[in-house]
Amino acid sequence: MDQERLDTILSRYEGDAADLIPVLQDIQDQYSYLPKDELKVVAQKLNVPLTRIFSVATFYKMFSLIPKGRHQIRVCLGTTCHLRGGPRLMESFSHRLGVEPGYTTKDMQFSLETVGCLGSCAQAPVAMIDDKYFGRLATDKVPKILKLYKN
Amino acid sequence: MVWKITDETFETITEEVILSIDGISLRAPQGQSLLMAARHHGFDIPTLCHHSDLPSEGNCRLCLVEIGEHPRTRLVNSCTYPVEAGLLVQTASEKVLQGRRMVLELLLARCPKAKIVQDLAAQMGIYESRFKTDDPEELCILCGLCVRACREVVGVSAISMAHRTPGKLVATPFLEAAEACIGCGSCAFICPTGVIPYTEKDGVRTIWGRDFPLQPCNVCGNFIAPTAQLEHWAKITGDPVEHYFVCKDCR
Repeated sequence: MDQERLDTILSRYEGDAADLIPVLQDIQDQYSYLPKDELKVVAQKLNVPLTRIFSVATFYKMFSLIPKGRHQIRVCLGTTCHLRGGPRLMESFSHRLGVEPGYTTKDMQFSLETVGCLGSCAQAPVAMIDDKYFGRLATDKVPKILKLYKN
Repeated sequence: MVWKITDETFETITEEVILSIDGISLRAPQGQSLLMAARHHGFDIPTLCHHSDLPSEGNCRLCLVEIGEHPRTRLVNSCTYPVEAGLLVQTASEKVLQGRRMVLELLLARCPKAKIVQDLAAQMGIYESRFKTDDPEELCILCGLCVRACREVVGVSAISMAHRTPGKLVATPFLEAAEACIGCGSCAFICPTGVIPYTEKDGVRTIWGRDFPLQPCNVCGNFIAPTAQLEHWAKITGDPVEHYFVCKDCR
């Protein structure tokens, strides 16, 4: 466990129980997941029961207890995107990466997941990679987009 | 008249107000839960997740009542809704009964084998659910009594709700043996459907994936409780732990 890395995150907060979610968000950003040992330290520092942290970590979709890839791909399957071919787009991503939604590629480059709505229904079908939106997508654009993120 | 407060969620004595339950005007302290006020006056409201020693969370939704004036009425959880002056409450209107039947049907679909759910449903004339049952062996109704008992009464918080529906379950951290657990068995004791696995054999209690050796009484030799639990008591009270190694009959 990297104690120093965790301490820099924790030093930004006052150590109240109310800081739990911001702390977890920072850990998720830095580590790309919530490591078990780190959570035990957080429980001690914030004086929050470990079971509560587990409860929060499994409730919110932004947290993951297993390592995620370098890039998060979110394919929208909201109502509009669904009608405009979201499922086909999903299939295309899934096929190109060789993983089912909810999983991470073997080289830890991409994590694929579906979301309810990304709030850009006018651009349907939409996918999001990290914090960038890709609107009016078609399956033939998928390889090109993935190439941008592969190194 | 001096009002005696019995409601657990009610700490300070506040003003009494008049409200109407099923057309009968009666007095109740402001801020008390509608459920406690109604029960105090003899109205029958079924509940699954309410316990007088624990804070109400409104998980089971069986205690639905209708509040407000026709036609602007709405259904609320009586266990979490506070008494207000002039509130009109109906505990057995058509809307309430319909809501309650629906809740029971959903509960029955979740755990068709749970005796307490079957009984409550039968009282309302429901014997089967129109909804799909995912797991016919499921017994947990997710009332959260075990989680609240562990947190509020025992004070160790060894278990909590994890994940979210449809995969929601009561679990220990990381689904492993709970480090914080003291083996007291309060969760298994309070569970209305007896879903928490718990065995006691040859002086060892097994619960939540951990084995707890039971402490025999220094005088009579009968088992008192898990040693871990007695140590927890000693920690809270500040007494030496040996103080608790004598059972209450031999003290």
